[in-house]
Amino acid sequence: MKLTAHRPAPQPRADSVQRSSIYARDLFVEALAGVLQRPGRSALTALGTVLGVGAFIAVLGLTSTTASQIDARFNELTATQVTVKDSGGSDAAKVPLAFPRNADARIERLNGVTAAGVYWRVRLSADRTVRSTPFRPSDEPPLRTDVIAASPGLLNSAGPRMAEGRLFDSYHDANRQQVAVLGSAVAARLGITTLDTQPAVFIGNTPFTVIGVLDDVIRKPDLLLSVVVPRTTAEHIWGPPSDERAEMLIATRLGAARQVADEAAAALRPEHPDYFKSIPPPDPKTLRSDVGGDLNQLFLLLALVCLLIGAVGIANTTLVAVMERTAEIGLRRALGARGFHITVQFLAESTALGLLGGLMGTSLGTISVVGVSAAQQWTPVLDTGAILAAPALGLATGLLAGLYPAWKASRVPPAEALRR
Amino acid sequence: MTAHTATPPMIELRAAGLTYPGPPPVAALTPCDLKIEDGEYVTVMGPSGSGKSTFLNIIGLLDTPTTGRYLLDGFDTAALSDAERTGVRSATIGFVFQAFHLLPHRSARENVELAMLYQRVPRRRRSQRAQEAMTRVGLGHRLDALPTQLSGGERQRVAIARALVGRPSLLLCDEPTGNLDSDTAKSLLDLLSDLHRDGMTTVVITHDVQVAARGQRAVTIRDGVMSEPGRRGDDA
Ligand SMILES: Nc1ncnc2c1ncn2[C@@H]1O[C@H](COP(=O)(O)OP(=O)(O)OP(=O)(O)O)[C@@H](O)[C@H]1O
Ligand SMILES: [Mg+2]
Repeated sequence: MKLTAHRPAPQPRADSVQRSSIYARDLFVEALAGVLQRPGRSALTALGTVLGVGAFIAVLGLTSTTASQIDARFNELTATQVTVKDSGGSDAAKVPLAFPRNADARIERLNGVTAAGVYWRVRLSADRTVRSTPFRPSDEPPLRTDVIAASPGLLNSAGPRMAEGRLFDSYHDANRQQVAVLGSAVAARLGITTLDTQPAVFIGNTPFTVIGVLDDVIRKPDLLLSVVVPRTTAEHIWGPPSDERAEMLIATRLGAARQVADEAAAALRPEHPDYFKSIPPPDPKTLRSDVGGDLNQLFLLLALVCLLIGAVGIANTTLVAVMERTAEIGLRRALGARGFHITVQFLAESTALGLLGGLMGTSLGTISVVGVSAAQQWTPVLDTGAILAAPALGLATGLLAGLYPAWKASRVPPAEALRR
Repeated sequence: MTAHTATPPMIELRAAGLTYPGPPPVAALTPCDLKIEDGEYVTVMGPSGSGKSTFLNIIGLLDTPTTGRYLLDGFDTAALSDAERTGVRSATIGFVFQAFHLLPHRSARENVELAMLYQRVPRRRRSQRAQEAMTRVGLGHRLDALPTQLSGGERQRVAIARALVGRPSLLLCDEPTGNLDSDTAKSLLDLLSDLHRDGMTTVVITHDVQVAARGQRAVTIRDGVMSEPGRRGDDA
């Protein structure tokens, strides 16, 4: 076929002049080619957006991940724990120990309580230290070990794991038995390696038979560094608590803690609930909003700054590209591109760059959240909304950054552009 | 060739001139009159910087004269909006630029297809027509080469293929043989003669007297002043 056109070709009459136009698809293919023809440069241009969007995702992901970790720990322990303090109310001076003898049983009757026990730290004068022999050899340094008086329920509510032996029970308590349960660290320090020989420890000059060694506890870890003796025994030997008042540790089932906290005081002393102060677990909602506090906002601000830098980067490179490609713009104008087509093409290029940066940033951010979580053995938590919004954020960055350069490109007069 | 026909001339300049505003102002084309009839083959000669490209930009609707009028097909182009001028360029004018102006990162075929992009030719037709145009300029085997992989002459021919493929009725060439050896130049000139024989109105700028000899009329520009040695006093 012949390539030449014969008249009548389209006539330049005002009413018949065909405005040139282009398929939208072709326009975007052209824009994409503009991005892909210099991949290295495009990648560098998108870098700021990659970092900005990546930081955005990482900050959101890491904060929601750590917040959910706190929640999990909260659920396991704090949410199932109530502490009741013996304040003595207005009779504090007259009543050194407000907890009744059967405090454990009274509380354990409440719905949702798994174990409960009273404890206080025994005040020891300087000559009443904990030793493995009645008379301290002169070369042995004095050991400061806490002695804790506890009702039998306390060790249960602490969630113990025994290294050896057993806990004392209500029999030991009721009969003022001189028995003791030691933390493993204390046992080692006192040179107790086995319970087979029925070893004893001396508190002052009073001997206590060691019947159990704790390997670990879930709550109240200071028990591991203490000698725990039955409450009644301690009261008989050293009297009621003197400088520190008693407390009660209550372990509950999940969800029961607040209710138990409300009921505990009345259950202990119906006639004097004012002697006690219950400390319920913190509300998880307030806990979470505490976590999502200042630091979080600072990081988000940083991410925003990154995005801004990304936008400036894209704007700058697009502007440079417009100047560099002035001849191309002139050529396209000569071949029939309207100013509008040029605007859309350059805008599409910068938007594509922004979107590309947004997608890469989203991937990088997600990878870093998952990586950190894996290293910390956390469960990564990422909001789906954030993951979907992040590429759009990149796209918006590119779009905004491209506005001025694209407008400028459309204003290049063709004849002048072609002279380059 | 006579100017007295019923149909208006394809190109008519009436005291059209262009002065670049500067500073300092440069009178690149002093006001001149010129008519080019439909189907004519006109060559433009003149020393460097004399205003040849300026003249071509005016008749190619890339620039507007600062004085006088330019009538294309009898219609005053001053009345056209920018979008309309663009539409006319796309539909009726084919350009071969002095500096080729090929997109460096796009294949020869894509460069040729560019001329049809803004004419809304469907993709498959574009590809087919680009191939035909490339074959016509003797480059049917280099469709996928990048401009940087082509010789100067080959690039020139890709630029010509691009100018032809849009099926213009007016072909404007700025130094089309500037980079070609005499053999290639000859085959290119033969191609232009072919096109002209097929009815294409052709304007060719050149330094080369032999090239100028191919045309029906030779116009000369000197310091922005246009003259036509072989024709005197027959202006309407
Ligand atoms: N934008 C401009 N502003 C001012 N002067 C210009 C501009 N463009 C071109 N000129 C001047 O106008 C004159 C004509 O330029 P033009 O490009 O038409 O020359 P030409 O005949 O095509 O030369 P060549 O053969 O070297 O291509 C030159 O003196 C040039 O310096
Ligand atoms: Mg020139």
